[in-house]
Amino acid sequence: MRSDGYARFLNPSVVAVPPSGIRRFFDLASTMKDTISLGVGEPDFKTPYPIRNQAINSLVDGETQYTANRGLLSLRKEIAWYLEHRNGTPYNPETEILVTVGASEAIDLALRAMVSPGDEVLVPEPSYVSYAPSVIFAGGTPVAVRTLEADDFRLKPEHLAAAITPKTKALILPYPNNPTGGIMERADLEALAPLIRKHDLMVISDEIYSELTYGDKTHFSFAALPDMWDRTLTINGFSKAFAMTGWRVGYVCGPAEMISVLNKIHQYGIMCAPRMGQVAAEEALRRGRENGYEDVLVMRESYDRRRRLMVESFRAMGLHCFEPYGAFYVFPSIKSTGMTSEEFCSALLREQKVAAVPGNAFGESGEGNIRCCYATAIDKLNIALERIATFVRAHS
Amino acid sequence: MTKLESALLDLLREDCRLPLEKLAVMTGASLEEVAETIENLERHRIILRYAPVINWDLTDRERVEAMIEVKVTPQRDMGFDAVAARIYRFDEVKSVYLMSGSYDLLVLVEARTLRELASFVSAKLSTLELVTGTATSFVLKRYKEEGVVFEGEESDNRLVISP
Repeated sequence: MRSDGYARFLNPSVVAVPPSGIRRFFDLASTMKDTISLGVGEPDFKTPYPIRNQAINSLVDGETQYTANRGLLSLRKEIAWYLEHRNGTPYNPETEILVTVGASEAIDLALRAMVSPGDEVLVPEPSYVSYAPSVIFAGGTPVAVRTLEADDFRLKPEHLAAAITPKTKALILPYPNNPTGGIMERADLEALAPLIRKHDLMVISDEIYSELTYGDKTHFSFAALPDMWDRTLTINGFSKAFAMTGWRVGYVCGPAEMISVLNKIHQYGIMCAPRMGQVAAEEALRRGRENGYEDVLVMRESYDRRRRLMVESFRAMGLHCFEPYGAFYVFPSIKSTGMTSEEFCSALLREQKVAAVPGNAFGESGEGNIRCCYATAIDKLNIALERIATFVRAHS
Repeated sequence: MTKLESALLDLLREDCRLPLEKLAVMTGASLEEVAETIENLERHRIILRYAPVINWDLTDRERVEAMIEVKVTPQRDMGFDAVAARIYRFDEVKSVYLMSGSYDLLVLVEARTLRELASFVSAKLSTLELVTGTATSFVLKRYKEEGVVFEGEESDNRLVISP
């Protein structure tokens, strides 16, 4: 250990980025026994067995080599079929699709390929914790665009317009949204398109939760809007829809010229996504194509029941809870308790052993809310909800 | 089967003690609709009983279980049904299935002791004139029933909190 530390060797702009607000909670929650966690960010299903089995077989057959930088062509063809038939967005598997290590790598690649020092990237908030730091690591400046509970956490054109400056280069569009569960329907997206065109912006549309929408709502992809295909990098993956978080496979699609630059970073930095994961991902899409995405439907139906239970239970506690139509989170407001999000979550964990994530971990505009994931068995959810109700009664 | 019926069966199978209010919330149907649908399912004998899954090995109750493969001569007019009925009337018999393959009926039998069970097979089951042969297999250990794993929980390897 150097007596004067390592500051000389570390990049100050990286050091200056605060650690994720989730991290502290993780350290606290993971030391406590008998905690029911609503703080997870992944499905409670295991990857469907036939998908796992395909990966096992590929290992038995010795398929352990690198793949093409852009990913197995057979997988890219399945992705192209899926996007064309599911979202109505055509992509050429040879030139317009890049398979990445999770959607996370795709976000990082997109930003690093696009952002130069001084460029601003618009990040709607509350949203996934990685966007703003990734913009900073890429050398750019993240600009938060608030979304409001009163607007169902949809991004409104007036808020977008107010955040655009001559330095703005791109907009991240994270819907269905983590942590709010908010979605953007076709009309909501259409309202943004004129601004994107007028200010000559690129959209990075993170659609990782696209399969998880509820009620009569279905996902609409920004690239499916007239003239917007050219201005969109569409990011998706297998983690949420197919319960494949640990496999780390995602993808990014867009105009060939852009994808080839993303691929340049990917090829030097990563080489290729793990073959085993790619094989499993291909099987997930192949099965889905053949059985009408039955695995996804079963999981979605199960999430939907739990979603209703959560919303109704929080409302019964007297908390305001906006109805989320996407992802697997509810984002109730805890303002009526007079506590901050962090105070609420810390005390809830201490007193009732239920872990939830304070809303301000997802940007300042998340303050006053908490994120509760309902991808947990119903009996556990019911216990957690009873404990939260006891907690809210005791503190109001 | 309606969508609501199907959803209720799934939910009740997972936890038959879920109150009507929660079932209504989770299916998006009204309380009355849920109550009526469940009554209907009961009336049509689709739901027959609400029974817990019990791990008897953790209790002090003596209990032996066996699966008996039974070969029978089907009766002229009644086929296998009449033979099955003769067998399922015994209190020791918990389940009876007509099977494809090398035997006809699979009979799940439960008794307090090995001796009781042996005497059931030799004195009651084998002596039925239509039974032409039996092969008894004792259950040594139960790992999973009705989707529930008996020893330890299925592990949840997820991080307690993740973004």
